[in-house]
Amino acid sequence: MLTDSELQKAADLLGREPNPTEVGIFDVMWSEHCSYKSSRIHLKKLPTRSKLVLLGPGENAGIIDIGEGYGIAFKIESHNHPSFIEPFQGAATGVGGILRDIFTMGARPIAVLDALRFGPLDDPENGARNRRILRGVVGGISHYGNCFGVPTIGGETVFDKGYNGNPLVNVFALGVIKTDEVFFGRAHGVGNPVIYVGAKTGRDGIHGASMASAEFTEESKQKRPNVQVGDPFMEKLLLEACLEAMKTGAIVGIQDMGAAGLTCSTCEMGSRAETGIEIDLMYVPQRETGMTPYEIMLSESQERMLLVAEKGREEEVFTVFRKWGLDAATIGVVTDDGTLRVRNHGVVVAEIRNRDLADEAPIYNRPYTKPHRNVPMEGPALPGADALTSLIALLSSGDMCSKRWIWEQYDRHVRTNTLAGPEYDASIVRVKETSSSIAISLDGNGRYCYLDPREGTKLMVAEACRNVSTVGALPVAATNNLNFGNPERPEIMAQLVESIEGMAEACEFFETPITGGNVSLYNETLGEGILPSPVLGIVGLMKTAAPPSLEFQNADRAVMLIGGLGDCDNVHFGGTQFAQVIMKSMWGLPPALNMAYERSVQATIRDVVGAGLAESSHDLGEGGLAVALAECSFGGVGAEVRVESALAPEFLLYHEAPSRILVSTSNPEGVEEICRKHSVECLRIGSTVTGKLTIGGMMESSIENLKRPWQNALENMLND
Amino acid sequence: MKFGVVVFPGSNCDHDAFFAVSHNLGQSAQFIWHDAASIPDVDAVILPGGFSYGDYLRCGAIAKFSPVMSAVKNFAREGGMVLGICNGFQILVESGLLPGALVRNAGLKFVCRSVDLRVETANSPFTSTAIKGSTVSFPVAHGEGCYVADERTLDELEAEDRVVFRYLDNPNGSQRDIAGILNRERNVMGLMPHPERVTEPLMGSTDGLGVFQSMISALARK
Repeated sequence: MLTDSELQKAADLLGREPNPTEVGIFDVMWSEHCSYKSSRIHLKKLPTRSKLVLLGPGENAGIIDIGEGYGIAFKIESHNHPSFIEPFQGAATGVGGILRDIFTMGARPIAVLDALRFGPLDDPENGARNRRILRGVVGGISHYGNCFGVPTIGGETVFDKGYNGNPLVNVFALGVIKTDEVFFGRAHGVGNPVIYVGAKTGRDGIHGASMASAEFTEESKQKRPNVQVGDPFMEKLLLEACLEAMKTGAIVGIQDMGAAGLTCSTCEMGSRAETGIEIDLMYVPQRETGMTPYEIMLSESQERMLLVAEKGREEEVFTVFRKWGLDAATIGVVTDDGTLRVRNHGVVVAEIRNRDLADEAPIYNRPYTKPHRNVPMEGPALPGADALTSLIALLSSGDMCSKRWIWEQYDRHVRTNTLAGPEYDASIVRVKETSSSIAISLDGNGRYCYLDPREGTKLMVAEACRNVSTVGALPVAATNNLNFGNPERPEIMAQLVESIEGMAEACEFFETPITGGNVSLYNETLGEGILPSPVLGIVGLMKTAAPPSLEFQNADRAVMLIGGLGDCDNVHFGGTQFAQVIMKSMWGLPPALNMAYERSVQATIRDVVGAGLAESSHDLGEGGLAVALAECSFGGVGAEVRVESALAPEFLLYHEAPSRILVSTSNPEGVEEICRKHSVECLRIGSTVTGKLTIGGMMESSIENLKRPWQNALENMLND
Repeated sequence: MKFGVVVFPGSNCDHDAFFAVSHNLGQSAQFIWHDAASIPDVDAVILPGGFSYGDYLRCGAIAKFSPVMSAVKNFAREGGMVLGICNGFQILVESGLLPGALVRNAGLKFVCRSVDLRVETANSPFTSTAIKGSTVSFPVAHGEGCYVADERTLDELEAEDRVVFRYLDNPNGSQRDIAGILNRERNVMGLMPHPERVTEPLMGSTDGLGVFQSMISALARK
């Protein structure tokens, strides 16, 4: 809800008191969700340009040039609050919303990935609810994406008690577009008709954007009517109709009706084109009777678009929408006075300058102190647990276990472009129209960011870029989703600021500009905030070719650790999976990152993959060397390795220092040669063998013994 | 050979089928809109996967009323080859072109994975180039792919050698592990797995080519 001073500012801009409909309009447009009022001054620090960036932040999605006349449009967006209240529909409409952002630009969606965060499934108090939320969210994503016909090809699922009262659902979508056929949400051309297409407007989702900008309280459960209901079939028709209508050449501008519905689409389209828009609500297709102007303007009914057509060519547009059985109605006209004028049966019910809504939202430089953290620097003594027992415990933990139960519910192959799915470090779709493919990785680590938001965020950027490099692609751009708690608390605001600054530094360094994204604040329930949870979606470019697999393929191959064993001490061990799962503790700092070395390691693996030397390729991430070796072995071919180090065995096996990649190869000299060229350490730690994993002097196990707990853990946890 | 790919509102594997037969097999292909009153000059019709009309009722229950399905029935009656994949299979059983029904997966969840299938007959225009008893691997992606029919129908299908593919590891609870069947005249086949998704090495397998190559050689024999 607007504060008193915001209400006063609205009145000052209007030169009079706003009426109730106008208050509602200001309220949604100036909400945190739509206006970025707490984050905007800090978001400016992020790099947004490169030679490949055709379109940066500010439009519905960013666009990168991939050559041969084509580009990719992509963005990530959150649907956290709705997914807590009604997991199935909340997640489903999250998918629907981001898909519309992509195809409203003229791009056909070809991939979706999801970053999900839930409370632990075995949480003593909240386990049952967490399980229900996970089932609902996965069901909703599956329902919407599968029916719409876009492959859901990857992502990540992470558990932490910080998400008990506030799960995160971040959805990334990517589409293909001809670079000379990009559409914008701009209402150009005074006198041009403003046309409403798609689903009818109902009373669903009224004030969704405002809900997404407030903390949860006990009353939030009554907000279920604020959650929209998705219809993926309608969205599919809307996709086909929009792309076909765009081909007529009669469309001047187009924007989806997402958050803040008709209000946002009208005033933003007018504001961007510096024009006015006048509409009469009596022409808006409605599925309920007796809706007030307030309700129509603020409804967040799904699967709707607003477009501006060339005057006199409306019929060409209507013909296409009729063919697809969709509503299309002229509801207004573009004017020259820069004002959003809303009439209802001719009577003016709201009259506000577009730029006052879209650009004059209050901007806050909220005070920030030191990032919130409530853990010590030094951790407990290492437990000296049996290495194999620890490994099995880690592999069957929520974060590390197989997520097959989830991704088998997603159609991963529709559109026949998927070269790599969720079982790889990065997912890959080819772009049929070109000789290129796109590798995508979503990453985030709330524990690292809690220990140090700046370094944790840099590690996230490094990891995402490394994932993309591991399959042979060059990281070129990024989209971010900043999930944080209440920015009005200075120690939370400090997390946000430090995270953005870390992201800026790392994205600059790795030459992956941020082309758009989403900020989700107030992720708190009853005053309990989530872990600071930035999520990054990195896209990489590669020539279309089958990538090396993650798993070892053949016995008697050399196992190489590119980047070396890395280093660790007690302080930098406190954010690892070992610390969490085995020691049930968190302390210290995230692993140390050397960005220059990381960049060299990434260049090395791209060269190794490019030269065809890697039969398998997998980066070391959470769970460190031991978990990575196990994951590489799950295809049935394991390894016998021996590592010499002064590190304590727990550190050696489970520390999570970045800049390390495991490959198997029949040409170890070739790999060593490339590593030398990049001045990157390269260790030949052993060779592949069938059926077992042996880490010399520390553990030995059949693969089956490791794989079964890993494979069954999630399903076991989901069983009530 | 000329393939026609029917497009219902909500079809979403139409482009994939088109790409498979045109790009990967080098045949001619055209789309047929769901309100077409007749089938254009094609040698075979593909009913592709997807969610025709949203499939909010029973899968394929609305599609059977679309004008194109009357045309498809005539086309089949005159001996034209009809291949229904996934949602296309559901539409074929709803339309009565194939017996039985497809209901919710036994696991009650949508399932997308690669499954091994045994080719049960080479006596069909869809498997004539295959070897009976051989194994192929196609992906499945469906929520309602559990094939059911009464015992007599199932016995009849088997007695008449009309079961074309059987699951080796049944993903959906289908009776007698049935993945794909023929009509009595053997010119209409429906199957839940997606052969069109595995018709080039980049997709990890070319096992699906056989179905389309069989259709091409069947036409050549005509």
